[in-house]
Amino acid sequence: MNPPLPPLPGLDDGQDLSIQSRSLWADARRRFLRNKAAVASLGVLSVVLLLCVFGALLSPHNAEDPDWGSMQTAPDMEAQHWFGTDSLGRDLFVRTLLGGRISLLVGALGAVVAVVIGTLYGAASGFLGGKTDSLMMRALEILASFPVMFLVIVLMTFFGRELWLIFIAIGAVSWLDMARIVRGQTLSLKRKEFIEAARVAGVSNLGIILRHIVPNVLGLVAVYATLLVPQMILFESFLSYLGLGVQEPMTSWGALLEQGAKSIESAPWELAFPAAFLVATLFCFNFVGDGLRDALDPKDR
Amino acid sequence: MLKFVLRRLFLEAIPTLLVLITLTFFLIRLAPGGPFSSEISVPPEVLANIQAQYRLDQPLWRQYLHYLNDLLHGDLGPSFKYKDFSVNDLVNKAFPVSLRLGLFAFVVALVVGVTAGVIAALRQNTWVDYGVMAAAMLGVVIPNFVLAPVLMLIFAVWLKVLPPGGWEGGKAMFVVLPVAVLCQHYIAVIARITRGSMIEVLSSPFIRTARAKGLPLGYILRRHALKPALLPVLSYLGPAFVGVITGSIVVESFFGIPGIGQLFVNGALNRDYTMVMGLTVLIGTLMILFNAVVDILYGLIDPRMRIR
Repeated sequence: MNPPLPPLPGLDDGQDLSIQSRSLWADARRRFLRNKAAVASLGVLSVVLLLCVFGALLSPHNAEDPDWGSMQTAPDMEAQHWFGTDSLGRDLFVRTLLGGRISLLVGALGAVVAVVIGTLYGAASGFLGGKTDSLMMRALEILASFPVMFLVIVLMTFFGRELWLIFIAIGAVSWLDMARIVRGQTLSLKRKEFIEAARVAGVSNLGIILRHIVPNVLGLVAVYATLLVPQMILFESFLSYLGLGVQEPMTSWGALLEQGAKSIESAPWELAFPAAFLVATLFCFNFVGDGLRDALDPKDR
Repeated sequence: MLKFVLRRLFLEAIPTLLVLITLTFFLIRLAPGGPFSSEISVPPEVLANIQAQYRLDQPLWRQYLHYLNDLLHGDLGPSFKYKDFSVNDLVNKAFPVSLRLGLFAFVVALVVGVTAGVIAALRQNTWVDYGVMAAAMLGVVIPNFVLAPVLMLIFAVWLKVLPPGGWEGGKAMFVVLPVAVLCQHYIAVIARITRGSMIEVLSSPFIRTARAKGLPLGYILRRHALKPALLPVLSYLGPAFVGVITGSIVVESFFGIPGIGQLFVNGALNRDYTMVMGLTVLIGTLMILFNAVVDILYGLIDPRMRIR
């Protein structure tokens, strides 16, 4: 978004000769907006997000108080239990949206943890190069062949089941791919003139990584972060489904699905609504992520 | 080639395994609370005796060395929860069950996934292709803990054609639903990978040459296209194997199948140190070995992979 150039001297007859330039971002936005599936998914995601944040206000019920008059009843418009109630008489509409808040939060924060660790690790490894690089990559390979899911389960069972631990556990095991991608980018950035200039000017390694490398890989990182979020949400749901994630009275889509799976015969709506929200969200995140990748990284197509 | 195999095994697989064992061991021991801390009103002498029996009174590094030594002899130790059994006993009973389930799922996923992918690639940009790809997308995003109860509701409760759970020694009827749930995700991913690489291979010059020679399509597919198209699938088999094992945690606990997935969850919930340790080591070993095998196979098929 450059300001229009002043007219060149000698061409001051009021004729505008400046070319409408298209920046990288404008190009990417155009490509993204042309991808109908991605745009529609973005719309659905916004609706889900708004519902999760504000939707609970629409209902007269709250997430914790049982409605003694309707225990485990099917969706009922009159009682304003739009999604029905669970076996304790709690309103499922409110609980689904509340669970969505936690699931989306875990997804986003888990992705942030993974992005921060992965970016710094990858940038450092690529920039320092040589022995340090091969050592750091070897460590990465070892970590990558771990039975990660099992380690996380071990972590969650033996260190208590707190929300912040879930963020850390999920994020801490998911940064490996991010580190690889960032390292690859860093390797090609490293030889650019502006890095040389910074080095000549006496900027420290840490300074170069933080001020020059990291900002230049952020676009790519953002794309892969979008694809990480659904993985994180799925991971949290898996833990919660096993009873190792979010604990009562808080809830998440995974925890709701666990309840729903238990009472599938008597109360299928207990599974249907959280499952619909979860699957729709995962679906849309994947489409948006793919769309962003195609838009920003056209060489991949 | 031998050098490649040796390097893959001794420089990568075994150190990884050692790091895994060490990390799990100390993570579990450093966690607050022990397997016996909940048993109230136990006289201190008795507690000391119990701890001595499980070597919990010794310094951590000696426990670690003892554990490594036992492992080398194939002994996973006694179970802390099921007092009359050793971990080996329990694993020996549960492992064949999981292995059978996993192998079925693995084979089904491979056969169905590759077939679907090849068909989609041959009918590229027709409704067959779109249908297969839409189904694959759904398969990727629907988690197995959603699919399991839904299939159970349809086939066991409404149609009453399959049992809702149990194992009964692995009778065919009892295997269908768990295998379907377990392989769903991998069918989808394998189909997507196969389609992508098959399209690429089919548009390459050597296929055009084969067609120009007038060879029948089936022959071209079998003799020329399948091998290069399946290379990316092969490299996905490592992660898929890992996924089948972890997926079996959900499937086994939902359908009540007495396999290692269920043992692991129960062990974790009961703070059964040796059980969790033993299973992590066992599964870790399997995964690392399997990944190594896939890499070596890859090296056999594609010589470029040997130099790294």
